[in-house]
Amino acid sequence: MRMWAQSHLCQKPQWLKSLLAAAIVLAFLVLATSQPANAIPAFARKYGLRCSACHESWPMLNFFGQKFKDNGYQLMNDRDSPIWQNPGYWPVTFRITPIWHRVSTSQVATDQSPTGVQKITSSGFDLSGLDFHTGGTLEKNFSFYVLPSSDPTAAFHFETVMARVDNIGNSPWFNVKFGKFELDNLLSEKRILTLTGNGGVYQIYHFIPQADGNIFGQMGDNQLGLEVMGHSANDRTRYSAALLSSNDGQVGLPYGAESYSGFFTFSQAFDFGKLGVSRFGFYAMLGGAPIQWLTGPTGGGFGGSIAGSGTNNKSYSREGFVGQIYLGEHADVTVVTQHGSDNAWFGQGYGDYIDGIATNNFTPGTLLPTGAQAPTWNGVLVEPHYVVSPQMIVLARYETIRMSQQADGAQYTGINPLGNYGPTPSNYGNLSTYTLGYRYNPFMTPRAGFAYHAEYNWLHQDGTGVVPGTNLNSSELLLGIDFDF
Amino acid sequence: MNSRLLKMTFSVVIACFFALPALVQAQITEYQEKEWLNSPAASSHVGNLTGNAHAATEPYRRYCMVCHGELGDGNGESAQWLDPKPRDFTLGIFKCRSTPTGTLPTDQDLFDTIARGLDRSNMPPWNTFSSQMRADLVAWIKHYSPRWQTEKAGPPIVVPPEPEVTAERIKAGQDVFNRVQCWKCHGVEGKANGPSASTLQDDQGRPILPYNFSEGGRFKCGTTDSDLYKIFMTGLDGTPMPSFADNIKPDEAWDLVFFLRTLQPFHTKARELAKGLNLKPINPNAPPPSQ
Repeated sequence: MRMWAQSHLCQKPQWLKSLLAAAIVLAFLVLATSQPANAIPAFARKYGLRCSACHESWPMLNFFGQKFKDNGYQLMNDRDSPIWQNPGYWPVTFRITPIWHRVSTSQVATDQSPTGVQKITSSGFDLSGLDFHTGGTLEKNFSFYVLPSSDPTAAFHFETVMARVDNIGNSPWFNVKFGKFELDNLLSEKRILTLTGNGGVYQIYHFIPQADGNIFGQMGDNQLGLEVMGHSANDRTRYSAALLSSNDGQVGLPYGAESYSGFFTFSQAFDFGKLGVSRFGFYAMLGGAPIQWLTGPTGGGFGGSIAGSGTNNKSYSREGFVGQIYLGEHADVTVVTQHGSDNAWFGQGYGDYIDGIATNNFTPGTLLPTGAQAPTWNGVLVEPHYVVSPQMIVLARYETIRMSQQADGAQYTGINPLGNYGPTPSNYGNLSTYTLGYRYNPFMTPRAGFAYHAEYNWLHQDGTGVVPGTNLNSSELLLGIDFDF
Repeated sequence: MNSRLLKMTFSVVIACFFALPALVQAQITEYQEKEWLNSPAASSHVGNLTGNAHAATEPYRRYCMVCHGELGDGNGESAQWLDPKPRDFTLGIFKCRSTPTGTLPTDQDLFDTIARGLDRSNMPPWNTFSSQMRADLVAWIKHYSPRWQTEKAGPPIVVPPEPEVTAERIKAGQDVFNRVQCWKCHGVEGKANGPSASTLQDDQGRPILPYNFSEGGRFKCGTTDSDLYKIFMTGLDGTPMPSFADNIKPDEAWDLVFFLRTLQPFHTKARELAKGLNLKPINPNAPPPSQ
């Protein structure tokens, strides 16, 4: 026993070093990874229901919560209008998460290492960003949602701002949403159960091939537009169709002059008796985004590009299947697949020139290099849950994305993203990530949410290390207290 | 004098004796609960489904307990904020039944109520649940009341096929509305403003409002004509809404259904026919028609 204690004492200085080295990396990582998540005790307070009524485990919705959302935040019991609330009721919820985490990245460029790269491991106490959710009904069948969200330094942006008109013509099949909102992803990233940098997002919702300039196909980001959706009375059948600006949710018309995307979903749930209700569906995001930008002598975006001037739209698509499969009272698994494709121009580094994501600006007369082709990829996400009780969930996630066609094909003779001449290796940019964690809510009330959270994530990407051709590995262990009120 | 005192004392003791079971029935002991959970009454049968109370432990906790309480007595942590109050399952009294007044509902009745919810209350439609889960929850609800240990559900009333709505039937329905004095609570125009409306209380002495037909909301126990028929032929137990099964013949009941539909702000055939009739609200103070 004594020896054990001594051995740990000896290790302490090493840990202290790591702690000190961590601060900057941690700050950056949390900044980059803070994810607004929707869980609204304000709704629980309004209706007197526990979080567990709508959430499989807060913030992930169950089917009842999904129906509540699909009805425009209404229970449909004729008590939804604000006239039924105490006049003092103000539907506001805040959420923030104090955490301790340990982050390790296999390759970070440094001047001090003889090889130019070094593994960095940092740990320490930290904070997530802060979300202020406010949402509910303005009148029966008229609802709204506003979510100012900040990074850990309290720099705010509007994550969601939308108004809805529901049950138009007294039919649940016709509801309209207008503003900035989350796409109708059955597996909602805004209600993700994980918080780490790489595990706190669904990689297949944000995947962009290496050196690709198209940021506009990120299904996980809230988008600006208009959505029509409908559902059966019991929400077993759902559809949605959204018209979106191809601007990745950025306000101020910063990108294309006339570029739009569409997002479409359909799903059907089936009652499998003792196994429960399971849902199956598909989604498709189809859009166009510019590759040609006007540039000015000063100001503007990258290379003096002028906001709102993008033209010459090129196409992209993301489509796949979703299954939410329940295996009895305690176990369920969600599967999402994706086939993604970007136009060959995006693959050659054209696209978002405003932010400098794209390195090239199209000029008339430019031709695609020989061997250039549309980058395509396939991905799958599998997320099983074990719901020990309404208060505790154990979860895991495996995601993998494999390039099925690189932008630089067999005939390509130019310099590829690895800095070599010739085609890009077929596995370049392939990605795998594993997440394991649990959330435990020590109490359940209709007033507030509180969860002890523990999670481990490991991510691996082929060929994208700082040293060309080497792999990137990153891992994070996170412990936190997630709460909202 | 002594004899009178003795009689009074005796009456009080007897009254207490009979009242005692009613007072203690809401207090389920752990032993009782375990016993009831394992009794045949703590199961349900809906179509081909067999519900098991044990399987509903977690769903009840997740969805229901916050209002109906751990003991099923309607005293969940949110109950204090709710109006109307959540159902006290320990009493075994339910509004929405297909069975005669005073009897227990069928499993199907409870199964349907869970899916339908109760309009104008905090009970939402839980129609996203699997059928099996609802059947399990029915079994769970039944385990709370000793009534299920000793009584069987009443026989469902027979609802005759719905006849064709006609102007004559609507007029006849208005006569029934007048005769059985629906207007006393619901008002002569169905606006829930009858002379008794403000005095109504449920069985537990809490104020309760009659249904306002003119608002057009869903009925508590369904939306169809057949549901409306059942509401006044079975009554809403636990509320001042009685059963009129002894006062209204089945054919008259359909007449009343058609008349009540004219009071709702919907475009229905009954309402169109009523317009043609130029139907005036009844006048309760009018002298009875001469024979």
